[in-house]
Amino acid sequence: MTPTPGDATSEHLLRELVPQVLGAVIRRFRDFAAAEDAVQEALIAASLQWPREGAPNNPRAWLIQVASRRMTDHVRRELARRRRETAAAMELDLTVPPVDAENETDQDDTLILLFMCCHGALTPSSAIALTLRAVGGLTTAEIANAFLVPEATMAQRISRAKQSIKASGVPFQLPTSQERVARLQAVLHVLYLIFNEGYTNSVGPQLQRLELSREAIRLTRSVHASLPEDPEIAGLLALMLLTDARSAARTGTDGELIPLTKQDRTLWNQTEISEGIALITAALSKGSIGAYQLQAAVAAVHDEAPRAEDTDWPQILALYELLKYMSDNPMVILNHAIAAAMVHGPSKGLELLRPLDSDARLAGHHRLDAVRAHLLEMAGDHEVAIACYRLAAARTTSIPERNYLTTQAARLNESTTSHDRPIPSADS
Amino acid sequence: MKYILMMNTMKAGEGIPGWPKKDLQAHIGFMRSFGKELRESGELVSAEGLSFPDQAKLVRAGKDGTPITDGVFPEGKEFLAGYWIVDVDTPERAYAIAARASAAPGIGGAPLNMSIEVRPVMSAPPPEML
Repeated sequence: MTPTPGDATSEHLLRELVPQVLGAVIRRFRDFAAAEDAVQEALIAASLQWPREGAPNNPRAWLIQVASRRMTDHVRRELARRRRETAAAMELDLTVPPVDAENETDQDDTLILLFMCCHGALTPSSAIALTLRAVGGLTTAEIANAFLVPEATMAQRISRAKQSIKASGVPFQLPTSQERVARLQAVLHVLYLIFNEGYTNSVGPQLQRLELSREAIRLTRSVHASLPEDPEIAGLLALMLLTDARSAARTGTDGELIPLTKQDRTLWNQTEISEGIALITAALSKGSIGAYQLQAAVAAVHDEAPRAEDTDWPQILALYELLKYMSDNPMVILNHAIAAAMVHGPSKGLELLRPLDSDARLAGHHRLDAVRAHLLEMAGDHEVAIACYRLAAARTTSIPERNYLTTQAARLNESTTSHDRPIPSADS
Repeated sequence: MKYILMMNTMKAGEGIPGWPKKDLQAHIGFMRSFGKELRESGELVSAEGLSFPDQAKLVRAGKDGTPITDGVFPEGKEFLAGYWIVDVDTPERAYAIAARASAAPGIGGAPLNMSIEVRPVMSAPPPEML
């Protein structure tokens, strides 16, 4: 789907319109999979017709009209097929209602669609793919590129996701207020995962991955616009902006990872930082604190420090104390231990790590070994720190991180002259 | 998360070539429908079958960088016969797929229970580092 090549405005416009058009068509015909196909056909028609004849005055209405016509054809064919098969006479009102130019439910439709795509019946990878396709308006090929899988595989994943939605019989409407909190949590989680997919792999096919982060921010912005009073949505948007602000400083010239403490902070995006801080400040003042808001607050404290040594660790420690009360996530305990080490010294941090050894969720996880290595190095126990760095390097599934960790072990090994054991070779 | 599933087979000369036609066809049929199943579940990234081990050469660079090839190695205990790369939500799912491949039918239709080596494919770093 490249509507008018080179015309960024038009492409942006289409991307905004996709969920609205899709929502309107699903609302009318109640068939997610067929509606999605019809909207894709309408977009193709637009990409052929608009550059030649100019865009219509009301592109949204135009697209709904064309997609609805395709749907009507589809329903007629289906009906004809069924008639032939069952010889049963069925009558359905096939007249398409007129398209009203003013539609107050545009935002709602986008939101409903997002709630559908992030349905609990789907696995995270399916929900992510479907959200990017149906709400984000990315093509199957673009999504496949971003996740480094063949297009056919991604097409299959999306089509199965649509079938699951259909089978689950979830109605096309906003969840009731009782369901709202749980369902919104699922939506935010999927958006968070999309952001992380894009943010974490800045090495490799760089452009596609960064596109995912931008897409996650764009979608979260639209959810925030629909429900501006919800502080957790604002918190998530702030967290994304405050994290994304550092992306230029995160990798070196050869794609190597640069940890937060060593980053060139002049490369941080101050526009994103100011917007993120304004959002999180407003959200926190509403008094309904949640995990995304607290994580955003931590990111804000980091972003506000002009140098690593200016970081307000006592404040970060206090925020992690709160997060610990709020969620039973072992990663929070891990980060809490780091903050405690920065405030009270490494032995306090190491003490807090100890109970995690018996936590099944973190046993054998490289992050625990990496943090322990770091704290042991701070404490001056270099020999054990080297062993922990190497253990973490063997356990991570990330090449840039494995390079970072093996390099840390090698550096420490060379500075600790009493050791002359061979250094295991790093990866290719 | 992506995993590679490496199928190791018995040594050269003991493998598939000596099987009865009926069993061979059942095995090939299983592998074909197994591949189709993975494509349709939206989990297959790629899959390749390799030539029989008696076609393998070991290559090393000589002093001037020219390739020196070394003959066939029938003494090896196990050989890589092929691999699948799958993109799945959990390691358990990768193990389940590997177990299905492991139980491919052999002589008389009995499951081969081949060993399938499953290893994560290196991927993206986690969100934030120290």
